[in-house]
Amino acid sequence: MSDFNKADLGALRQKLALIERGGRGELPALPFGVAAIDRMLPGGGLARGALHEVLGLGAAAEEAAEGAGFLAGILARLEPPRPVLWCSRRGDLHAPGLMRHGLAPERLILARAQSEADLLYAVEEGLKCRDLAAVVGEVEALPLAASRRLQLAAEASGVAVFALRRPRRALGVGEEAQPTAALTRWRIAAVPAPVRAETASAPGLGRRVWLAELLRCRGGMPGRWLVEACDATGHVHLAQTLADRPAAAGERRRAFG
Amino acid sequence: MPLADARAIDPGLVVAAADPAGDAAALARVASWCGRWSPWTAPVPPDGIALDVSGSAHLQGGEEELLAEAVERLGKLGIAAQAAIAPSAGAAWALARFGGARTVVVPPDGTRAALAGLPVAALRLMPETVEMLTRLGLRHVGDLYPLPRPALVLRFGEGLALRLDQALGARAEPLSPLPPPPTRFARRRFAEPIATPDDIRAATALLLDALCCRLAEESTGARRLALTLHRVDGGACVVEIGTARAAREPRHLLRLFDERLGTIDPGLGIEDMMLAATLAEPQGATQLALDRTAAAGDALPALIDRLTARLGAGAVRRPLLVESHWPERAVRLAVPLDPARNAIHPDRPRPVRFLPEPEPVEAVAPVPDDPPLLFRWRKVMHRVRRAEGPERIAGEWWRGAKELRDYYRVEDEDGRRFWLYRAGLYRADKPARWYLHGVFA
Repeated sequence: MSDFNKADLGALRQKLALIERGGRGELPALPFGVAAIDRMLPGGGLARGALHEVLGLGAAAEEAAEGAGFLAGILARLEPPRPVLWCSRRGDLHAPGLMRHGLAPERLILARAQSEADLLYAVEEGLKCRDLAAVVGEVEALPLAASRRLQLAAEASGVAVFALRRPRRALGVGEEAQPTAALTRWRIAAVPAPVRAETASAPGLGRRVWLAELLRCRGGMPGRWLVEACDATGHVHLAQTLADRPAAAGERRRAFG
Repeated sequence: MPLADARAIDPGLVVAAADPAGDAAALARVASWCGRWSPWTAPVPPDGIALDVSGSAHLQGGEEELLAEAVERLGKLGIAAQAAIAPSAGAAWALARFGGARTVVVPPDGTRAALAGLPVAALRLMPETVEMLTRLGLRHVGDLYPLPRPALVLRFGEGLALRLDQALGARAEPLSPLPPPPTRFARRRFAEPIATPDDIRAATALLLDALCCRLAEESTGARRLALTLHRVDGGACVVEIGTARAAREPRHLLRLFDERLGTIDPGLGIEDMMLAATLAEPQGATQLALDRTAAAGDALPALIDRLTARLGAGAVRRPLLVESHWPERAVRLAVPLDPARNAIHPDRPRPVRFLPEPEPVEAVAPVPDDPPLLFRWRKVMHRVRRAEGPERIAGEWWRGAKELRDYYRVEDEDGRRFWLYRAGLYRADKPARWYLHGVFA
């Protein structure tokens, strides 16, 4: 073993993993472009063949509008620009609204299910199709077994899957700590747009600001960031009020505004 | 009269049991045989066949020649027929039955004159109406012409006026033709009736293999398949599937059938199964990769087929932006592989969640043209912190819509952004009506 160094062993392992995957290389993780967020995620970005969960906060969780906008930005930046399957039980997704966050309507395929079982079936079938870039499922609740199935299916095909939770009643306090097989769990909440002195007198709403929290991350660190909503290219940026403050290295940001 | 009395009058009477179903089936067969003269044929129970020969009479050398040939050929089949050609179906029916001569051809503007001499029973009326008309002295159709129409309707009901109009050609009477028999099908009869789901599935797989071989030989693919199962007790049930793109892969089609085979009730057993491709399209051969995986670009239509089979027709759609500024009409749901291009919409802020029906909210706005200060939606009070607007969207006047909406983007104290509108202009006497139409991301 002396002249068989570790680099060769690592390369051999990678080759075997490539053959097991059927010859397709693993797609690189999708970075956010914001160093503060990419630092906390394993691989420097959102993993492609995995399950990611997105929640809302309180009463806004039922509409899950902020979560939908957040996902639109992520989907817009997925390369190559393949179609996206969006499954839901209510048909209230508006394509022009997603267009403003960067997701072109030509890429959307909407599937409407009547029951939760049909919805999960549609998401699983979408995961088996390699021609899709991602699948979004607007589920009410994602039990552990279902999340495990989706995670395995996503790993097998390399299609990213996002579970956008739309509960009928507001999520309780302990809900966000429920076990799940998802790789990351996010919570996107609405935040009153910070009023800056120079624009206080200007009429109209300012740029939309979200509080994006990474609640769980397998192989990474949780964190919270104030971000401006995705622009027309799908990129998020840190909100300016925070960016101006000096940041202690590695410290979790607790307060905002 | 009872059969015994009839036999007493004529001992040599030939008696046969009535078979209405058999008669109807025979009539349908003769009607499809008459398809040689026109593709638009329909049986008219109990003993008539209607053919729409507009545009096809010249192929036989004229309408009179067509009628003569039809009667002669039917005579060779052993069927005595009376035929008539007229501008309207009602007039043709009347002249064929009551016209007297063996064949009658009516010129395009001669319907009124031709019908005038016929008895009123030629108008396909109820027997009570015919009796009432004869009692009143209106024995011929020509007697009805000078009577004022409202009086006829008042006295005899709408039916008489409808039939008269249909006979004279004033009202359209479309025929529904027989569907042509499928040319691509596979059939299997069983010596013993089958009833278990596994057997039905296995039989469907065999039929699919046979049919797909046939389709491959003709370089076509099926878009719609109908599986007819005939039960032992005479009933039949039909299972239909459709695909987004022409397909002839047996495994893929069997998976689509799997969703529906569970809904079949085999009853006492199924003795006959027929699988027909009711809609087929040309489909060239596809190039497989060396390791026998399907060609690229096939996975997405196959996925759409599977989802449609499970979620129902119309459940899988893609949003298509159309040229309309009215929010409800700005997006149309189209078939997923529809190649239509999206229209260009102006860059206005639009919500991510769009309620299909705008929900009324109670809102308080200080002055006209100002956004509301607070509003109550779904029993929750929201105080408005900042607002933007109004965006005035007027209904499409070319469609006759007179509605006008002033849309506002409001942000409440929690930071959520909503799309509210006030319906109509502000009026001092009427309270303003506010609605919530969407939620922004």
